[in-house]
Amino acid sequence: MNKQIKFYGGVKLDEGKMTSNEPIISAPLEPLYTVPLQQHIGAPAKAVVQKGDKVLRGQLLGEAGSFVSAPVHSPTSGTVRELSSCLGPAGAQLPAVVIESDGEDTAAEPLPIFANWQEASPDELKARVAEAGIVGMGGAAFPTAVKLSPPPNVTIDTVILNGVECEPCLTADHRLMLEHTETIITGARIIARILGVKQIIIAIEMNKPDALEMMTKKAEGTGVEVVGLRVLYPQGAEKQLIYTVTGRKVPSGKLPAHVGCLVTNVSSAAAIADAVCLGKPLYERITTVTGTPVAKPGNILCRVGTPYSSALALCGGVKEDPLKIISGGPMMGMSVYSLDIPIIKGTSGILLLAADEVSQYTPNACLRCGRCNDACPMEMIPGILSSTIEFHHFSLAERWHVMDCIECGCCSYVCPAGRPLVQHMRRAKAVANATRRAAEAASKK
Amino acid sequence: MSEQTTIRMPDTSKLVVSSSPHYHDMGSIPKIMFTVLAALAPAVFASIYFFGWRALLVLSVCMVSCAAIEALLCRLMRRRISIGDGSALVTGLLLGMTLPVTSPLWMCIVGSFIAIGLGKMVYGGLGGNPFNPASVGRVALLLACPSAMTTWVTVSGCALNKWVVDATTGATPLELVAQNQPGPGFWSLFLGNIGGSIGETCTLALIVGGVFLIALKIIRWQIPVFFIGTVFLITGIAYMVSPCPKFNPMTHVLSGGLMLGAFFMATDMVTSPLNRKGAVVFAIGCGIITTIIRLWGSYPEGISYAILIMNALTPLIDRYTAGRPFGVARKASQKNA
Repeated sequence: MNKQIKFYGGVKLDEGKMTSNEPIISAPLEPLYTVPLQQHIGAPAKAVVQKGDKVLRGQLLGEAGSFVSAPVHSPTSGTVRELSSCLGPAGAQLPAVVIESDGEDTAAEPLPIFANWQEASPDELKARVAEAGIVGMGGAAFPTAVKLSPPPNVTIDTVILNGVECEPCLTADHRLMLEHTETIITGARIIARILGVKQIIIAIEMNKPDALEMMTKKAEGTGVEVVGLRVLYPQGAEKQLIYTVTGRKVPSGKLPAHVGCLVTNVSSAAAIADAVCLGKPLYERITTVTGTPVAKPGNILCRVGTPYSSALALCGGVKEDPLKIISGGPMMGMSVYSLDIPIIKGTSGILLLAADEVSQYTPNACLRCGRCNDACPMEMIPGILSSTIEFHHFSLAERWHVMDCIECGCCSYVCPAGRPLVQHMRRAKAVANATRRAAEAASKK
Repeated sequence: MSEQTTIRMPDTSKLVVSSSPHYHDMGSIPKIMFTVLAALAPAVFASIYFFGWRALLVLSVCMVSCAAIEALLCRLMRRRISIGDGSALVTGLLLGMTLPVTSPLWMCIVGSFIAIGLGKMVYGGLGGNPFNPASVGRVALLLACPSAMTTWVTVSGCALNKWVVDATTGATPLELVAQNQPGPGFWSLFLGNIGGSIGETCTLALIVGGVFLIALKIIRWQIPVFFIGTVFLITGIAYMVSPCPKFNPMTHVLSGGLMLGAFFMATDMVTSPLNRKGAVVFAIGCGIITTIIRLWGSYPEGISYAILIMNALTPLIDRYTAGRPFGVARKASQKNA
């Protein structure tokens, strides 16, 4: 168990997980839910309800817009007040369905339950994952059903459940692993059945010994292997996790499927188990509301569409005004400027940072100290790339593999000159993607 | 309801929005530079102890003039005055440490001007300079004022009660061995009870400072270890072939500017390679050039030249030692590089 391979680089962070011992609380019903139709990577869902429609909890609000997309379901029963748009965590306006709750919370007819999923066909199970709107709940929100459909030329032999939760402050997965251990294991086994895989590994960072112990105990005899991993950010990054657990390196520009692996978040696995065994689509998730300014930080089971302000109010509001509010963790989360943003399937946490916790600094010239080199888990040269990008040499940056950047932020975290390294990389990636799209559009004409 | 009203919600009008990461390890350039200054403190004390209080005067003049010149040049270039980052002080201290204790003060000022002006600011300031500024200053002085730069005093133990030790001209151990005369014993070399530049003599103090910087991960251990190791290895082989004082590896490792150069000048972040592999290549190169100059060149000492030559090669070393990113195939990487 201690013989795992260490990935290159990484940084040791102050974990700040102050909500590890806070049991999950269910949020009370909201009067109004704003459910974005785009909660995932890919095409937005297409609304199938209209203004004035009566909807029930779990009823379909939007169907998948294309192959890479996911349907969206109603978080409660009530009336569709309007189809409009709302502010998303990334700062863009998202198309959304606004539901006025009737307070009854009447459930719709559940999806047909697989009483014995061990005997259901993989295709039926996969269809259920798609139908239930399940996405990667670690933050990126990639539609899980797409992940479960690997290209025909690859064979997946290992399923890795990501319970690493290497972002500081967040404890949503930790609590889920403690309180819904069996659901996660069932979910893992369903995924393995869909892919016809024997090897199932649940990876948990050693800073959650209770979850590790609980998971190991419950996994006994189920064929699921539980491994404890060294605490090092970004251990939970897909490529680094696969490398640590299996020793395989995902080639540049390729998917984990190319090395026979599938990685999914423990929350997604639990959602799959619920969808298959209870017929419940994904319309709620656990969100950690934390940070020193929060009066009573906690882990809250929120319906999708709950505004951040309600989740924060449930945690007693604030003791002091925060300087930053972050959707997600401090390393990769997005800072937001409003509390009217709804919680979506990928919202793993709402983090408030007080003024003295927010690092503000002026960038200087690169000192060439090489700390970013040593910290980069993708073994890149962020310092040099950043200078290249600063001078708009985007194609040069691309030749130096800027597209491989996983945007973990280790480089910016360690830079003594306060340079916006990962930010430059993001810019180069965006430019490269835009150039590619423009070229594609031009060739179509 | 009464509880509801007491809940305080944040004021969202003053929120800061920025791209992640939202944490920083709080390291900064001034922190690095002032740590380097602290690491040099033992060597400064040793120099005052062996050479007398004038050593402190030379060091102070160099530091103050480096800072003043940088401030002046920033002003002329209409840039933010950057002396707060502490790098000018480090350059000044290192430059002073490479000068003899008897150096005239005007020489210190000229050296500082060359180090900061021509070594750093012409390239746009800290981070842009290809050569170690202190080495640039020292080499310029060595070329311009060779006799003042090689006038050594004889050291004999504690000089704390003196302004400057008796100015009887002595020779450095390297000058002695270059003439094939036996150098001083191990303890004299190790503690610094020998002639030489202000800051280079006390090996013990320099190692203490260097290890401190390595422990704090401010410098890479590879540079001093491979630099000193290479010098030891080459002189050691020469000594085995022909055991005369000229090749004595102990004298070569423990005297001259090797310790100061290897721990504090070759490790300058700006002018040394980015990654570990490059650092090893750089350090071995420094070691080879130093030894060649010392054993076969006409100068008894060659640390500054070795460092400057390897500084010039640093971009090339960086290019050839840049690893392949995770998951990039060997062929693809070479094609693109």
